[in-house]
Amino acid sequence: MAKTIEEINQKIKNGSAVVLNAEEIIDHVREKGVKKTAKEVDVVTTATFGPMCSSGAFINFGHSDPPIRMEKAWLNDVPAYAGIAAVDVYIGATELSETEGMDYGGAHVIEDLIAGKPIKLKAVSHGTDCYPRKEIETFITRETVNQAYLYNPRNAYQNYAVATNSSNRTIYTYMGKLLPRFGNATFSSAGQLSPLLNDPYYRTIGIGTRIFLGGADGFVSWVGTQHNPQKERLANGTPTGLAGTIAVAADLKEMSTDYIRACTFTKYGVSLFVGIGIPIPVIDEEMVEFLKVTDEDITVGIFDYSVQRRNKPSYGQVDYKQLRTGKIKINKKEVQTGPISSYAKALEIADLLKKKIQSSKFFLTDMVQPLPLECEYRSLEILSQEEL
Amino acid sequence: MIKKKLVLSFPEKVVTKPITYALVKKFDLVFNILRAEITPDMEGKMLIELRGDDQQIREATDYLEEAGVAVQEAAKDIIIDKDGCVDCGACTSICITQALILDNNTKKLKFNKDKCILCGLCLDCCPVAAIKVNI
Repeated sequence: MAKTIEEINQKIKNGSAVVLNAEEIIDHVREKGVKKTAKEVDVVTTATFGPMCSSGAFINFGHSDPPIRMEKAWLNDVPAYAGIAAVDVYIGATELSETEGMDYGGAHVIEDLIAGKPIKLKAVSHGTDCYPRKEIETFITRETVNQAYLYNPRNAYQNYAVATNSSNRTIYTYMGKLLPRFGNATFSSAGQLSPLLNDPYYRTIGIGTRIFLGGADGFVSWVGTQHNPQKERLANGTPTGLAGTIAVAADLKEMSTDYIRACTFTKYGVSLFVGIGIPIPVIDEEMVEFLKVTDEDITVGIFDYSVQRRNKPSYGQVDYKQLRTGKIKINKKEVQTGPISSYAKALEIADLLKKKIQSSKFFLTDMVQPLPLECEYRSLEILSQEEL
Repeated sequence: MIKKKLVLSFPEKVVTKPITYALVKKFDLVFNILRAEITPDMEGKMLIELRGDDQQIREATDYLEEAGVAVQEAAKDIIIDKDGCVDCGACTSICITQALILDNNTKKLKFNKDKCILCGLCLDCCPVAAIKVNI
């Protein structure tokens, strides 16, 4: 018997919806089976909290008097893209400060804005008849700006990779510090808690899905960049590496620094820890089959990040249960492992979303359009015009 | 007679040479190796407590530095800023003595100070700068 979103929302409204997080559903299915679970449970909350470089915020400052059409803008000395209209900018998470380098970047501006701290805005323009001002220097906060939205083109990667280092020197990557001679290996996924690993064929998560983003109610706004649904999959539907992605948006003014945090990876640069929670409606038994996925059922490829090429040599696949023990074997050598995304935070978000739904403060949406199950994933080749 | 805790770092080329014995033989010091480890970079790290008079300790330190051993005062501590930490675990795969681990039950970061040898490998791997040195 299938359930509709409308029926589930009705239950949420009258406070009778049964909600579990993506960890709790595993034992529930083990105990009661798929059929009973599909009947009993209405919503499963999934979540992730990891560094997501493809993030940033649109800010509309409001107009100054006399007005300016900003052509170049800086927030706390971090360049923001101002090539859109007059007082709109996009501050990218990985943009670095022109004065502090890797210690401060766009992600820190976003975190400081959420924290309510004052931020120095500087902008320049050539001046026009309608926008005569050529320079502005002022201070802004989340309260003073007209609007601020987090608008992330690629978040919540459906699986990722394990990074290790075969070379003789320590390397510094977006997957963290990798010690020489397979001294360690890092990974980044919420595994069994991760949204797109619990809905591997995007049956319920699509464009228009209401989500938890950084403490605010947000939406899946578009297909994520580099969305690659045709990645090889296991029988349970989960892809074995980088696959689906989503673009997300929400009001930055409603966010909390508990769920959005700036970070710096030494000698790599700045990124943003983004907390995302997505409720999955238990529409039918097939959905339960996907939701019961455990860390043991999800595998991911081990790659040598010391090879500075697009395609890195692989040392095979490993499952997340093994990765979370802190040790894996690479070429028969025991290698210490550690995550760079926070399972504890993901669990916190999944539970928070669960409570919001239980207390009728968060309702589910039918998606407006599904994420594609087929699309091309192209690389950038260096070509002359004739070779195109 | 004074007591001093030092962290000695032996680079790859001296890691196999017997250097510490000279501390007894040449400088008449009493020492206690609290922890020692060879990191994947093939650097030896040793937390050592020396006992002797001030002069002897200073001479011994000079001797070690001349032999290519980096000497740091260990009167410092690794401190985890619990409020800043997001429990990501980025430091756990780096920690060669597993003093930093993710707790199995809470999934949160646990720092076992007794296991820490103050090697400092974790200092530049925390994405939210929640690992600090207390001097």
